[in-house]
Amino acid sequence: MLMTRDFSHYVKDVDPQTAHLDLAVEGVSCAGCMAKIERGLSAIPDVTLARVNLTDRRLAVEWKKGAVEPALFIDRLAELGYKAYPYEPVRAEVEETERSKFLLRCLGVAAFATMNVMMLSVPVWVGGDLSPEARDFFHWLSALVVLPCAAYAGQPFFQSAWRALKAKSVNMDVPITIGVVLALGMSLVETINHAEHTYFDAAIMLIAFLLAGRFLDQKMRQKTRAVAGNLAALKAETATKFVGPDEISEVPIAAVRAGDLVLLRPGERCAVDGSVVEGRSEIDQSLITGETLYVKAERGTQVYAGTLNISGTLRVRVSAASEGTLLAEITRLLDHALQARSRYVRLADRASQLYAPVVHATALLTVIGWVLAGASWHDAIVIGIAVLIITCPCALGLAIPAVQTVASGAMFRAGVLLNAGDAIERAAAVDTVVFDKTGTLTLPELDVVNGAGVPDEVFQLAGRLALASHHPVAAAVARAAQAKAPLPGVTEEPGRGVRALFEGEELRLGSPAFCGADAEANAILSADPEVSVVAFSRGDRHTVFAVRQLLRPDAARTIDALLNRGIAVELLSGDREPAVRHAADALGVSAWRAGVTPAEKIAHIEALKAQGRVVMMVGDGMNDAPSLAAAHVSMSPISATHLSQATADLVFLGKELAPVLAAIDYSRKAMAVMRENLTLAIGYNVLAVPIAIAGLATPLIAALAMSGSSILVMLNAMRARRVRLGGASWK
Amino acid sequence: MEVMVFLVPLALMLGLLGLAAFLWSLKSGQYEDLDGAAWRAISDDDQTPRPPAKEPA
Repeated sequence: MLMTRDFSHYVKDVDPQTAHLDLAVEGVSCAGCMAKIERGLSAIPDVTLARVNLTDRRLAVEWKKGAVEPALFIDRLAELGYKAYPYEPVRAEVEETERSKFLLRCLGVAAFATMNVMMLSVPVWVGGDLSPEARDFFHWLSALVVLPCAAYAGQPFFQSAWRALKAKSVNMDVPITIGVVLALGMSLVETINHAEHTYFDAAIMLIAFLLAGRFLDQKMRQKTRAVAGNLAALKAETATKFVGPDEISEVPIAAVRAGDLVLLRPGERCAVDGSVVEGRSEIDQSLITGETLYVKAERGTQVYAGTLNISGTLRVRVSAASEGTLLAEITRLLDHALQARSRYVRLADRASQLYAPVVHATALLTVIGWVLAGASWHDAIVIGIAVLIITCPCALGLAIPAVQTVASGAMFRAGVLLNAGDAIERAAAVDTVVFDKTGTLTLPELDVVNGAGVPDEVFQLAGRLALASHHPVAAAVARAAQAKAPLPGVTEEPGRGVRALFEGEELRLGSPAFCGADAEANAILSADPEVSVVAFSRGDRHTVFAVRQLLRPDAARTIDALLNRGIAVELLSGDREPAVRHAADALGVSAWRAGVTPAEKIAHIEALKAQGRVVMMVGDGMNDAPSLAAAHVSMSPISATHLSQATADLVFLGKELAPVLAAIDYSRKAMAVMRENLTLAIGYNVLAVPIAIAGLATPLIAALAMSGSSILVMLNAMRARRVRLGGASWK
Repeated sequence: MEVMVFLVPLALMLGLLGLAAFLWSLKSGQYEDLDGAAWRAISDDDQTPRPPAKEPA
């Protein structure tokens, strides 16, 4: 069979002569990597550009069209020691990037106007021998600078306020917009009337500070998206597609259509849904159902994306995603759970719901109060607007995004990625964590459990022989033996095992029957029905390896730490009872259930919620996706299926379970700092409002109070970076 | 005070120039990779590739 790799799906045209490819690269961490990669790729003839983006861990390559095969870049990067894969930015990410660029443009304009208006305001504040004409001149200049800039830079708020009003609701942007527009209108009228005070500087400064908060918020979201995009790309989900009767080509999943025929070799993970049309094998469905024992696959068997093929080669006819019965069921549950997800009201929104009516009522009462006290309408309205300006939520708008930015950076370093903006707030309230077992508490790969009793030399040989097999159990033996050098002259007997000649003796690795080791295998299996066995024989001596999924190395410690924090831990798994019992006993979890279907998982979580518990669900499989959506907050390991990752609020990296704990700790800390910040912001208002109501808030005082409180809140946000746990802090 | 009529617009012009420079640098992709830019500045290699052209359609 011919084998080609086809990445044409990802290649874009810059102009008629130049082609462009974006790759996600793993392991780029420093300037050294950057230079190495750029030099290495630029050395390829006809490559016109190779530039690494160190922030996003991505690489852009451009070359003369038709001169280079894109697969060459991936090979060259592999030689340099980097795993890379082409990626296509998803639309959501492109939109986030555009949005943050727009906010940055607005911020630039607002910052320019703020600084220059200050230059024009200071002479007025200082006063001295400034003539009224000169003061008017400065006011007119301020108007000239601020009005167009505010009109441009205020767009994000105006649009959002307009949307909210059209939907007959009120968000934070409504009082902001009203405050800014009134302040600018009033200042313009005052300027025309040669008055003493105008608030042009306060209005534009407010916009600048608020935009800084918005930009931070947006940047965090964009970073999360970019990282998630890279991870999705690096999973390198490809399928081996038949492009002719016996010609196959490795293509990205995005290029596979329903009705295509794909080849699934032993040890490969299926990336599509479909049904088997030819071949016999065993398949591992654990990612989909949580069931760890292998299932027989033959003509007509349905396979799903995420299924691992074990022993034989299969040909699969791709079906549309909706045809799979199990998948359709899961999707239906998922839709339902997402609809039922009680819309959590973010802290900032709750603050603003309270905020708007209070502020507007205060301003209105101030106006009425002054009129009743005998002031002119004009003076009363000016003071009322001063109240609006000084209470405007500068610090409030920064209070939460600044903390989120700091906390998400700290979480990122602890191996947690945020998928949802309000995940921090929701994770902080968790009092019950529900774990899935397979792939979440256990590592996704298999491991040898009885390696200690096997002589080193035998282990080494078995490992080297295992390198020739694609069978996952054999792969586990090869990994455990840390074998590097495959044996020469290995022949594979499909469905039974592999054999080779070594120093005149025959070595075999495969099923116990194939190696004549049935007795030992049965002894091991009867002692522990959960393991898979693989036998190894040299001549007539044989060894049986027991292989199983191991718990994550720090699972027990992490669960202890959770319990110490007063968080209840439960275990829900689709796997059979003995396996779940074993894990629960090893981890000291008393509340566990086995053989749970996706629908039962949701029902259980709903029941917990009905008891008033705040549930975090941690799961990785397709069967967990609906319950992830149903929980108050959800988390997935990076090895999870696409569907679960898309539904999870948080994604964690690495072999350890510690990030689950880190996520909760950091969230709690961040939440505490957010509350402090809100208190600071409100405290500032409590101090400033009486001054404004008394009619003493000159533009100078307004400017000082606003910038002072914003800076204070920003500095306080930095404290979310560190979490103390039992004396030690997370690195 | 007459000097103000001349100096203030000049100051504003300079400010606008700064703003224009910022908008141009944003547009030409100089904020795409701040971490990388920090390292490029001190790398010995003078062969820094130009930023990629605008996203191809």
